[in-house]
Amino acid sequence: MAKRIDVSGLTAYYGAHKAIEDITMHVEPGAVTAFIGPSGCGKSTFLRTLNRMHEVTPGGRVEGRVLLDNEDLYGPGVDPVSVRRTIGMVFQRPNPFPTMSIYDNVAAGIRLNGGARRKSEMDELVERNLRGANLWNEVKDRLARPGSGLSGGQQQRLCIARATAVAPDVLLMDEPCSALDPVSTLAIEDLIDKLKSEYTIVIVTHNMQQAARVSDRTAFFNLAAIGQPGKLIEIDDTQQIFSNPSVQATEDYISGRFG
Amino acid sequence: MSQTSHTTVKSAPAAADVRPKTLRPPRLPRWSLAALLLGSAAVGVAAGLLGGLESRAQWGLIAALVFVVARFALTSAVEGRRQAVDRLAATLVWASFVLAMLPLASLLWETVSRGGPGVDWYFLTHSMNGVLSWQDGGGIYHALLGTVQQVALASVLAIPVGLLTAVYLVEYGRGRLAKAITFFVDVMTGIPSIVAGLFVLSLWIMMLDLGYSGFAGALALSILMMPIVVRSTEEMLKLVPGELREASLALGIPKWRTILKVVLPTAIGGITTGVMLALARIAGETAPIILLVFGNNMINANVFEGAQSSLPLYVYEQWAYGTEAAYDRAWAAALVLIALVMILNLVARGIARWKAPKTGR
Ligand SMILES: Nc1ncnc2c1ncn2[C@@H]1O[C@H](COP(=O)(O)OP(=O)(O)O)[C@@H](O)[C@H]1O
Ligand SMILES: [Mg+2]
Repeated sequence: MAKRIDVSGLTAYYGAHKAIEDITMHVEPGAVTAFIGPSGCGKSTFLRTLNRMHEVTPGGRVEGRVLLDNEDLYGPGVDPVSVRRTIGMVFQRPNPFPTMSIYDNVAAGIRLNGGARRKSEMDELVERNLRGANLWNEVKDRLARPGSGLSGGQQQRLCIARATAVAPDVLLMDEPCSALDPVSTLAIEDLIDKLKSEYTIVIVTHNMQQAARVSDRTAFFNLAAIGQPGKLIEIDDTQQIFSNPSVQATEDYISGRFG
Repeated sequence: MSQTSHTTVKSAPAAADVRPKTLRPPRLPRWSLAALLLGSAAVGVAAGLLGGLESRAQWGLIAALVFVVARFALTSAVEGRRQAVDRLAATLVWASFVLAMLPLASLLWETVSRGGPGVDWYFLTHSMNGVLSWQDGGGIYHALLGTVQQVALASVLAIPVGLLTAVYLVEYGRGRLAKAITFFVDVMTGIPSIVAGLFVLSLWIMMLDLGYSGFAGALALSILMMPIVVRSTEEMLKLVPGELREASLALGIPKWRTILKVVLPTAIGGITTGVMLALARIAGETAPIILLVFGNNMINANVFEGAQSSLPLYVYEQWAYGTEAAYDRAWAAALVLIALVMILNLVARGIARWKAPKTGR
């Protein structure tokens, strides 16, 4: 179930460009960790190094270690596909598979991984995950309709159901609400609160209130100047970060003085 | 202080000149379009009669020109410049559409009216065996069979290779090899069909000393088909958003399955259209068929051995006979060829629509 992540000395590149440098942090299991920081400081990049999605980008390269319960994700012989099965991801823009129905979207992770299930079992799994994503009541009558016909907020919850359906240990979310209206945002925040008992959750957000509302721990990233690599400034309990951060830059950012 | 602010307000109207004076600008009445059409037609007829112009096309051109100019002038005077330009552009777009449709429609009309009477069950099920060029009767069974076999064989050879090449180029290809392949595909796109035919001729018939056959023709056709399939598929695959690939990879789905189950289905509609275009193109090829399949008046169902016929070749041969009966057969065969390509196209579109991304609620 929920697992702990230990990152040490992590540096990531896009070709020759160093996007983030020397990041060391611990992500607590069964809690919500929020990443905040100005645009371009490497939050998305760092998040994507945690499930080896960074190397999907052409030129993407990583140095350092990421331990998932003491197992190095970048160790020799580790299969990135298995890593991604264990650490799921939700993207900024809702991206359900356009060729698939709502049902098939949720089932996709299992089916396309070659996990054949009996019909009744699959039905049960789809329902459980759609309920888990607080979407079941809205879509139960139209499971066979295409997922792209849903509203933005519903699509994003569908994507969350799709991600949880493969039963990952960790859920990474990259600004999951930035394309959504306030009501859908609240729905997703409720969902995150509910999911954290089962998953380790990392969420990137641009919204300070959101970080304060949903997260237990908050990490602040910053970059010295445009073109410089982003760095972790500090990570602490969310309350601590928002009331009494130990670094001046964090306070400046949170109080809206830059970024 | 109040003086200065007063002057600013005073100078404002200059900037506000572009503002429309009313929200309900004058409009030409609806009947003006019909009136203009009738009027310019009348002018065209009058000018034609007075000038003693022979061709009705000239009358039409004069009428069209008068219509465009009069409409522009009238709209310009009543409704203003912007609307006039808008109308002018709309008229030009319509005119281009009609111009583009005219040859197509007249071609279809010609083929159907001339070839239609000749197409019947007998025509479709009999060959030309023993039929002399000036005699009635005879049919296209041997040519239809040849075309279907050759095109099917060429598709079997070209489509998988083309699809896989495109998948490689878009999903895997980086660096020199991919660049080289792209270059060669571009070069292949420009190969004239007769050259493809000669290439296979020199390889197959001269070097390997194998005889004429439908298969040799299919080889040349597949050379013509492959680059079109690669190109169109490549463009379609590039249109699939990277987000979908990432969504799939992030679920721990291996890359090959992602391509097979997410990327290709998303692009299937466009890919099908491209493949159908390629197929339509090779179905009408004559040059390599003449060189490699040779032509045959009898039924030869073995695509791998011996001369065959094909529909375009049949049309060419019949036309060359120059007799009334042969002309009729040529038109009828042309109609069958068009119908065949059209049916294939419809079937493929049906499949693509059934498989394509579903939108809406
Ligand atoms: N695909 C990419 N190719 C090259 N550089 C990239 C790419 N994605 C992001 N970067 C660079 O990496 C840095 C960090 O970007 P990102 O992780 O997206 O920041 P954030 O999510 O915090 O806004 C930026 O300087 C950005 O220009
Ligand atoms: Mg980002």
